[in-house]
Amino acid sequence: MSDFFSSGWSLFIALATLVSLVACLALLIFASRRTKMADDNSTGHVFDGDLVEMNNPMPMWWVVLFVLTVIFAFVYVYAFPGLGSVAGSLGWTSRGELEADQARASREMAQVYAAYNGVPAETLSQDAKAMAIGQRLFINNCATCHGSDARGSKGFPNLTDNDWLHGGTPEKIEETITLGRTGVMPPMAAAVGTSTDVHNVAQYVLSLSKSPYDSIAAYSGKAKFAACAACHGVDGKGNQALGAPNLSDNVWLHGWGEAAIAEIVNNGKTSVMPAQRGRLSGEQIHVLASYVWSLSHPRQTAAR
Amino acid sequence: MSRIIPIAAVPPATATVSLYVSEEKIQARSVRGWFAGWRWATVWLTQLLFYGLPWLQWNGRPALLFDLGARRFYVFSMVLHPQDVIYLAGLLILSAYSLFLFTAVAGRLWCGFACPQTVYTEIFMWVERRFEGDRQARIKLDAAPWSLRKIARRGGKQAVWLAMGLWTGFTFVAYFTPARTLGAEVLGFALGPWETFWILFYGLATYGNAGYLREQVCKYMCPYARFQSAMFDRDTLIVSYDPLRGEPRGSRKRGVDPASIGKGECIDCTLCVQVCPTGIDIRKGLQYECIGCAACIDVCNGVMDKMSYPRGLIRFATQNAMAQRWSRRTTWKRVARPRVLVYGTVLAALGSAFVYSLATRAPIRADVVRDRGTLARMVEGGRIENVYRLQLMNATEAVEHVRVEVEGLPGASVAAWSDVDLAATESRWVPVVVQIGPEQASSLRPGAHPIEFRIRLVAPADATREIRADLHEKSTFIVPR
Repeated sequence: MSDFFSSGWSLFIALATLVSLVACLALLIFASRRTKMADDNSTGHVFDGDLVEMNNPMPMWWVVLFVLTVIFAFVYVYAFPGLGSVAGSLGWTSRGELEADQARASREMAQVYAAYNGVPAETLSQDAKAMAIGQRLFINNCATCHGSDARGSKGFPNLTDNDWLHGGTPEKIEETITLGRTGVMPPMAAAVGTSTDVHNVAQYVLSLSKSPYDSIAAYSGKAKFAACAACHGVDGKGNQALGAPNLSDNVWLHGWGEAAIAEIVNNGKTSVMPAQRGRLSGEQIHVLASYVWSLSHPRQTAAR
Repeated sequence: MSRIIPIAAVPPATATVSLYVSEEKIQARSVRGWFAGWRWATVWLTQLLFYGLPWLQWNGRPALLFDLGARRFYVFSMVLHPQDVIYLAGLLILSAYSLFLFTAVAGRLWCGFACPQTVYTEIFMWVERRFEGDRQARIKLDAAPWSLRKIARRGGKQAVWLAMGLWTGFTFVAYFTPARTLGAEVLGFALGPWETFWILFYGLATYGNAGYLREQVCKYMCPYARFQSAMFDRDTLIVSYDPLRGEPRGSRKRGVDPASIGKGECIDCTLCVQVCPTGIDIRKGLQYECIGCAACIDVCNGVMDKMSYPRGLIRFATQNAMAQRWSRRTTWKRVARPRVLVYGTVLAALGSAFVYSLATRAPIRADVVRDRGTLARMVEGGRIENVYRLQLMNATEAVEHVRVEVEGLPGASVAAWSDVDLAATESRWVPVVVQIGPEQASSLRPGAHPIEFRIRLVAPADATREIRADLHEKSTFIVPR
């Protein structure tokens, strides 16, 4: 009972509870009899000249019910927490009940997931029930960033285009979901040089994907691209071991065009995919990873 | 020697009374007659429905099944989703209005003829009569010391009561677990904990309410008994004793003309009190305990017949009709007063709307929700893409093929997942991607544009593509700056 700064409050609540319970019984007994004031079954009270208060006694079973509820209340506060910080003989807590519920739910879920454990994603993606589970897991856990349709948004990768930062095999996807990823693009302005150099490098990067570009600037930028090649590779095709994006395809996670490229080169960018290990079980992640894999392998996927 | 007379203070002559007393057991006498016949008719009707419906099969499943676990209610050929709770609200509103109407016309008809409390009490009292005899025999048996005969009669009654209670509990739970499954579970001692609890709880509640609490429920628990008085007026037909005809009451020989002995037509046989299930004397006028069962009318009419007096010393009459000696015709004319007509019209309108709505209910339901993750995005070729989540609910028991299209925005089309197969009674969230081309995108101002989803149910693998449902759901399409 950490809600109160003094144990006096706990005592006060316990006392107030017990006193009210006893007071309920006392009031019932105290109010059960009254002095007879008239012989006509009235209480002798007359209001507004002709409104007579009659004595229509409550039935005894009602009194018995009342007493039973008070007895129930005593049993309740004995068994359950009700008297301030007293835990009650059953030791019940809302946290304990939640944990028991969760344990039961995961036991029940384990039976469902047991059938999918160790089944390769290629097989699992053919299983409509497994994919329906995967879709629900995705919508509940991933859609916030990657979108309900998994096509992402600016800064959040599209998971359906088979273009992968850290590898697109089912095992790699599972690893990404389990452990999370941090993608670091350091600010490279100093390494590249002047703002003209940055302009030239950006034009060179545009040329890698056959986007419209300024060929003279791109030619000058090619030399400066050496600073980028450490991660993105000499040909700009990226490096999945480092999470360095392929710059030669037409996927633009952080925006297309010279301005967007220059912004990243100058200021860098750190992107985080949070680890799901604590939130989802290994079996869930396996089904989820298979679902994500199936999104970029639609031909193998069973009818939607 | 002197005698000393002790002096004691005499307390003032007062007495104390208890505000709680044990209610006396009411041993209602059995009654036959027109109204009793109607009550038995409603007992048969309601109980045949209640006990019979769970066993009725429909399309290979129970005709009525409230599957709480799967959140689906099956009502004959209908499948109701939690989203259809509006129909439950409609049903409750209809019931409330019927109650208003019937109460305004003829008081507590529901209480006296159709309420489960009355119906089960009637059945339990019939069992009681079979074992212990009618009122006089029961009063005698109550007073008699315990004997083999008394044990046999009481035991027999208790056994039948308990069996009926448990059967009622079983039937109640059979609306939630299919009766055949439940029956097998009972026979195999394989009931779930909640099924066991509810069978016992509902069974014992029936036993206790219909066997023991009876009129106490009406007098001390039922709120309707208390608020109905606000729904009576002086033109409401209520069970009434005619004091002008009956008083002064008194006993006499059969066939004596009341005028010749200076008395009214009430022979003070007290049969009306003996048959009353709530133990009141209707001759004292309208009382809140009266459940309008008309047992006193039936029994008094029998007495009037024997005395060769006209029937109707106790009858359904309005307070106005009683005071002004109206004929039956005038009384009924006044019953059709504006209040009743308004209730009737509203009830008829609500009832028709309810039936129409159910009859034209679409076999699928759809809700369109914009995706919360992505507002809008530009994709390859400068097309603008919005993502929606559609909740599609199949209200049929077959696999249904749903086709999603968009209207109302030129150039907009569904780019992904326009065709969805829904399993029987399935409810599912489906992401739907809508795109517009670059030309349309540049011609639209940035911001939200209205768009309408058209969700149709098409027969799968059918060249004619017969359309069985055509829903329109509004949403917005956002063009980014």
